[in-house]
Amino acid sequence: MIRIILPPNLRTLAHTGAEVTLEVEAPLTLHSVLDALEARYPMLRGTIRDQVTQQRRPFLRFFACELDLSHEPPDSPLPEAVAYGSEPLIILGAIAGG
Amino acid sequence: MSKVRVLVGTRKGAFILTSDAKREQWEVSGPHFAGWEIYHLKGSPADSNRLYASQTSGWFGQLIQRSDDGGKTWHQPGTPPGELPAPGPPKSASNKFVYDASDATGKQLTTHQWYDGTQHPWEFKRVWHLEPSLADPDTVYAGVEDAALFRSTDGGENWQELSGLRGHGTGPMWQPGAGGMCLHTIILDPGNSQRIWIAISAAGAFRTDDGGETWKPINRGLYSKYIPNPTAEVGHCVHHIAMNPARPGVLFMQKHWDVMRSNDAGESWQKISGNLPTDFGFVIDVHAHEPETVYVVPIKSDSEHYVHEGKLRVFRSRTGGNEWEPLTKGLPQSNCYVNVLRDAMAVDTLDKCGIYFGTSGGQVYASADAGDSWNPIVRDLPAVLSVEVQTIR
Repeated sequence: MIRIILPPNLRTLAHTGAEVTLEVEAPLTLHSVLDALEARYPMLRGTIRDQVTQQRRPFLRFFACELDLSHEPPDSPLPEAVAYGSEPLIILGAIAGG
Repeated sequence: MSKVRVLVGTRKGAFILTSDAKREQWEVSGPHFAGWEIYHLKGSPADSNRLYASQTSGWFGQLIQRSDDGGKTWHQPGTPPGELPAPGPPKSASNKFVYDASDATGKQLTTHQWYDGTQHPWEFKRVWHLEPSLADPDTVYAGVEDAALFRSTDGGENWQELSGLRGHGTGPMWQPGAGGMCLHTIILDPGNSQRIWIAISAAGAFRTDDGGETWKPINRGLYSKYIPNPTAEVGHCVHHIAMNPARPGVLFMQKHWDVMRSNDAGESWQKISGNLPTDFGFVIDVHAHEPETVYVVPIKSDSEHYVHEGKLRVFRSRTGGNEWEPLTKGLPQSNCYVNVLRDAMAVDTLDKCGIYFGTSGGQVYASADAGDSWNPIVRDLPAVLSVEVQTIR
């Protein structure tokens, strides 16, 4: 079971709490986890990655196990602790603006 | 009994203000989509329960929201609330605005002029204005930044660009205003379903007479001293256009500077600023029953985006322009420095005609007597981006 922590505005949009859990088939990558997240919560499609280019939105970052994964290739394996569910994948909005 | 529903988009959410026909007691609901910028929301003329909203964010991009019950509940088209996800890939495409550059139906994606005069790639940023069809609740137009016109015929679930506008040929000469290169005005002709007017900052006004297939610039008579050729075919910073539906073809325009009118569907424009204290501004609207009665809110200048002399005054012309009277009763007349943005004024169709506008200070003012007197419905919302009104009978 994969744990994902969403930024507040996306929790409102998806009608969830801070953390959502998903079953994701291997291989476990940012790409596969975000695909599964968007399949379970279609309203999030386009809010984390551009609908067309699949590029991460510039004001969002991905963290797990105290590592910044934002600039990792999307098909890189995620840390094992994320796969085991002992650590969450954190989607974080940049602190900017009012 | 008739009632009025005022739809307010703000920097931090949407609000819905409702009243009976007296327009004295108001019920306020919201914020809807708290924390998100709501550039515009508007109801379908064909079904007053059908509302569309443009929800946008620098972090999370563009979303479209729809209500089928007059704003009580909302959902993204294609993802009804409570519906379990179907197997397979996500089906929501309601926020997928892709310029049509295909050989079959589209136009090549060009560049446009940037602030420094260089060319810049065309990039989708947000939806500024949603204009529901006059006849079909499932058909709605979207004016977007970077400037283009999209249409949905399935209730906002899928969007197709009417690429003849962007590909009209002058695109590389279009340039962004301070707010971005936005298509902000869409006017549908109630007497001719093939005719649409649009306006872009800063390109100017355009019209189609064939349902959006082909477009022509309609800027003859505009004079913009801030562009190299002040009478150029395109490049004018048109801020807003308004039309009384009972008299299609008579258009009123608030340009960056200058208030203008056209009696021939935009073929030519005449200046009607007359005795206004300043003719810079954003909003303009027309009385619902008196097609020669026009409203503007003059703003001091293009570098000082607040009302003139610290006084919040709506100016009304009952003569189709040139002769303007200040309307001040109930509005602050000292130390007021708010702005009123281009989509933040609307009129109802009751008798007497109601006029509404929202400010950058978060006030929404209403007049139930065509502007003679004003009262704030709310005083302390986030900065108001847009105001629309539904008259529900």
